[in-house]
Amino acid sequence: MGKGVAITGMGIISAIGNNVTENYDALINCRKGISRVENIETVQRDEIMVGEIKFTNDELIAKLNLPPENNYSRTAMLGAIAAKEAIANAGITDIKKYKTGIVSGTSVGGMDMTEKYYYKYLTEKTPQKYIESHHAGDSTQKIAEQLGIEESLVTTISTACSSAANAIMLGARLIKSGKLDRVLVGGADCLSKFTINGFKTLMILSDTYNTPFDENRKGLNLGEAAAFLVLESDEVVKAENKRILAYVKGYGNANDAFHQTASSDNGDGATLAMEKALKVADLKASDIDYINAHGTATGNNDLSEGRAILRVFGEDLPEFSSTKAFTGHTLAAAGAIEAVYSVLALQNNVIFPNLNFKTPMKEFSMIPQTELKEKELNTVLSNSLGFGGNCSTVIFSKEA
Amino acid sequence: MKKVYINSIASISPQKTYDNSMFLDKITDYNDTVIFAVDPDYKQYIPPAAARRMAKGIKMGVVASKIAMDEAGIETVDAIITGTGMGCMIDSEKFVSAIIDNNEQYLTPTSFIQSTHNTVAGQIALGMECKAYNFTYVHSAISFESALLDAKMQLENDEAEHILVGGVEELGDHTTKVHRVVNHIKPEPVTISTVLNSKTEGAVFSEGANFFVVSNEKQESCYAELVAVETFNTLPKEKVSETIESFLIENNVKVEDIDVVVFGNNGDVDFDTYYNQLSESNFSNIQQIFYKHLVGENNTVSAFGVWLGSKILKTQTIPKIIKINEIKIPEIKTVLCYNQYRGQNHSLVLLKKC
Repeated sequence: MGKGVAITGMGIISAIGNNVTENYDALINCRKGISRVENIETVQRDEIMVGEIKFTNDELIAKLNLPPENNYSRTAMLGAIAAKEAIANAGITDIKKYKTGIVSGTSVGGMDMTEKYYYKYLTEKTPQKYIESHHAGDSTQKIAEQLGIEESLVTTISTACSSAANAIMLGARLIKSGKLDRVLVGGADCLSKFTINGFKTLMILSDTYNTPFDENRKGLNLGEAAAFLVLESDEVVKAENKRILAYVKGYGNANDAFHQTASSDNGDGATLAMEKALKVADLKASDIDYINAHGTATGNNDLSEGRAILRVFGEDLPEFSSTKAFTGHTLAAAGAIEAVYSVLALQNNVIFPNLNFKTPMKEFSMIPQTELKEKELNTVLSNSLGFGGNCSTVIFSKEA
Repeated sequence: MKKVYINSIASISPQKTYDNSMFLDKITDYNDTVIFAVDPDYKQYIPPAAARRMAKGIKMGVVASKIAMDEAGIETVDAIITGTGMGCMIDSEKFVSAIIDNNEQYLTPTSFIQSTHNTVAGQIALGMECKAYNFTYVHSAISFESALLDAKMQLENDEAEHILVGGVEELGDHTTKVHRVVNHIKPEPVTISTVLNSKTEGAVFSEGANFFVVSNEKQESCYAELVAVETFNTLPKEKVSETIESFLIENNVKVEDIDVVVFGNNGDVDFDTYYNQLSESNFSNIQQIFYKHLVGENNTVSAFGVWLGSKILKTQTIPKIIKINEIKIPEIKTVLCYNQYRGQNHSLVLLKKC
């Protein structure tokens, strides 16, 4: 235990940029990607703000050079763009040289097309090609197809907003156990009427910019994004003389077992997830240099997560921030987006600001890092918490 | 590395399989293109008020998990891992149609809350008050095998002692209609005896839940040793045979060591050839069995194949209704399950007598 798994490449597309460089630039310049929704026709348009990627589906099709008869959901296209960047970033030119798999997280899957053509499927021929794109695994199959990954382990996890964090966890275990030499891990989720209206009915969508960990937080902004990391075994790293960006050092998963959608008051699940991750990493809480919190800016999450962080870190609380004010809450992709940000933080020794924060929460005195801060970082802890009580923590480190 | 054992099983399917003391003793025939699971007495396991709020998939998952836990004789587990290819269809359909029908107005959150793929695993955890590792795999026909592989790795590495693993799928009316349009469902009603030779496209769609307690200690109740699980996103027809051979070699098993092979034939004229080519060559002298004529096709029905394999290894009997050929076997020691759906997402599961 304790030995990390090497990250050798990463790729991302989010509301603040179409690749890793653009995302980093937005993060250090405090440029958020929250706006009114443009690509989806919804009556909620003026009541919500979202973290939307401004490319239309046609523009994404053109970017990926897909044939007109393709049946890619938006989730699959966003995923393919991020995955291709990750593979290129890892300097992989021959995907078949090593046993390579994919583990992706998604919650929306092909719901964007299903909600568009729901009744039309029964009467119109043209949209019927999307029927097979509905199920969550289809987006991952498409990403594999884009990368030329064949006859291999390709799977999908859906644990709501912790999906991509869990994908990273499984990927690390697949490498450690020798099942794969190389694995692409991450997640993708597009905006949809389904999630917009779903979260609206739960009354946890903010009508303005989301404000994580603020006393007056009004809820989350939904976002869309995809991000992937390439994990490689020590053997491949050695044989190919690979550049290592960072390591997946620890991971923990627990269930809050409290309520289908709400987190427990004391954040039992999140506490357990962080404790397990520290144990796998063989680190103490005081060894963590920065916490990239889940921090969705809902009343429930920030209180529960905040308490959990206090339970684990107590007096040793390092700087923490949520980057959701930049990107919105990208649901199943969030864990991968924030994994990329955690690696960027380690590489550049910077802590990204928790934007829009004004007033500390009355329940505790935790104040997030609100300005960009330079600090020597060796370890970053990232939380992802979701519906169904799913709580996940991943720890990233500079050293193995 | 520790060995992994299937210590208990549970199946809710279109056959009356939820009673572990029976083994396909009484078969329910049908003449249809879509078949539903036979309901156990849910009240016995779930308080009626709670059951009313649950869609069928949640109920089946919760009850199958309880049957498996009871048989294993344990109160809690170190992980709950489920697989579901299509997820909670009934609540998803409710919410999508409400959005469209009411133009995004007057919506209530219940169906949205219950539509997420991890609802079943979450409800099982809630019911057991189990704060352990909780995962849901959603990758079409290998959703269950992904869950099984995850469990197996944790048990082998001694990260867990007992894990509840299962696959669950429910039918949704609209989804069924939609799949009919693209001929994924058979055009004409078929029966148990006609489905395999129907010579038509599509399958008989179905639903069900199959759960198992897998552990790294062998219990009294043990059904089988889980030797290996492997999945493939793609596999050309002409490479199936060699892929199975190398899978067996990796696990130190020869083709002739296999006593029973469990095939996933569903009567789809376009895709049964994946199995038929094996029936006629590599496995022609081996006892072949099938099950989708009894329980239909769904994304996690391959878990029923593992259920069958486990049951056969423990009872050393093979019901006639699932036999493709007739081979005399003195002792059933090794079982191989092979499944794919529409030519994609292939899986191999190797079981041994424990």
